[in-house]
Amino acid sequence: MNVAAIKELLYKVADDQLVIGHRNSEWTGLGPILEEDIAFSSMAQDKLGHAQGCYQILHDLGEANPDQIAFSRKADQFHNCQFVELPNGEYDFSLMRHFLYDHADQIRFEMFANSSFEPLAKLAKKVKGEIKYHVFHGNTWINKLSTANEVSKIRMQTALNESWNYALGIFEAGNFEAELKNEGIFEGENALQNKWLEVVCPLLEKAGLTIPEKSSWEPVLGGRKGYHLAHLEALVAEMSEVFQIDPTATW
Amino acid sequence: MIESLDPRVNRAAIELDNHIEPLSPLDQWETYEVFHQKKRGDQHMHVGIVHAANPEMALVFAKEQFGRRGLSANIWVVNTKHVFASTYEDADIFETTSEKIYREAGGYKVMDKINQYKKSQKA
Repeated sequence: MNVAAIKELLYKVADDQLVIGHRNSEWTGLGPILEEDIAFSSMAQDKLGHAQGCYQILHDLGEANPDQIAFSRKADQFHNCQFVELPNGEYDFSLMRHFLYDHADQIRFEMFANSSFEPLAKLAKKVKGEIKYHVFHGNTWINKLSTANEVSKIRMQTALNESWNYALGIFEAGNFEAELKNEGIFEGENALQNKWLEVVCPLLEKAGLTIPEKSSWEPVLGGRKGYHLAHLEALVAEMSEVFQIDPTATW
Repeated sequence: MIESLDPRVNRAAIELDNHIEPLSPLDQWETYEVFHQKKRGDQHMHVGIVHAANPEMALVFAKEQFGRRGLSANIWVVNTKHVFASTYEDADIFETTSEKIYREAGGYKVMDKINQYKKSQKA
């Protein structure tokens, strides 16, 4: 079993979940209506739980404990894609990112459920229901807002246009694509992207939105290798502020 | 003319000129009644209300408001306007005279007979 390959895979998946979880939690108390505020906050918490699950597996493979991994690294040690670190902007963008990211998350974990690496397969089965709800929530909002009126439709189309190349950056290839595939651990980013396109494109079109022209597709890469926007540094500083006051404190 | 410097008092004066416009449908979503089932086969119980733009969204919200903790098997949402209800003015239809004990289960003293039957079946 290729431990280095598994670690790389787990780090990027968990960092995506931690960072988008933190970003989405920034809406807590500011959501458009009470019910949505509660739902969106609750899903953000789910994401932190999923990240913790991945960090725990990393810990079992010899890495630091989950809290240390989450709160003790510098921004350039994070392997999340740049998509998840972008500031929330307005609710249209946050919803579009949530929709695009969570579909990728769902397909990824469906693949993980069949992984030859058992801890990953077990985790995938555990989080299946929560991710299913996240996707249901995303689909409902995208569909509703894209068809409500002209203003909402334009806003959702703009959000999609702004998100698209960043979303393609989710599928940045790692250093061990072939190894992961050959050992049955994970089918790979390329396979994931193809499945994702098969799922999200029809949903977006059904909602009346236009997928950006294929010639304009330019995945925003670098996040997986530690290249980030300045936004991540601020996020990490804020997220780890309390932990840094006393890293040895018990809760 | 109010001369108080207390902003609450001044605001109160300004508000007197405000006439309240009815909310447009986009300002205020409809409400949906939420019915929650703990276990498959149980009755769905009314647990509260959510605001939503359509039934699907009501279901999305109902899950988080009412199905987040404890056991859940199923949720129904029903647009409040589709609930046909009795009026409180007619609450007297529920009143009943006390001497109709024969219409209530408690009016029948049958435990002795049941126990006797059970005993006879065992023997």
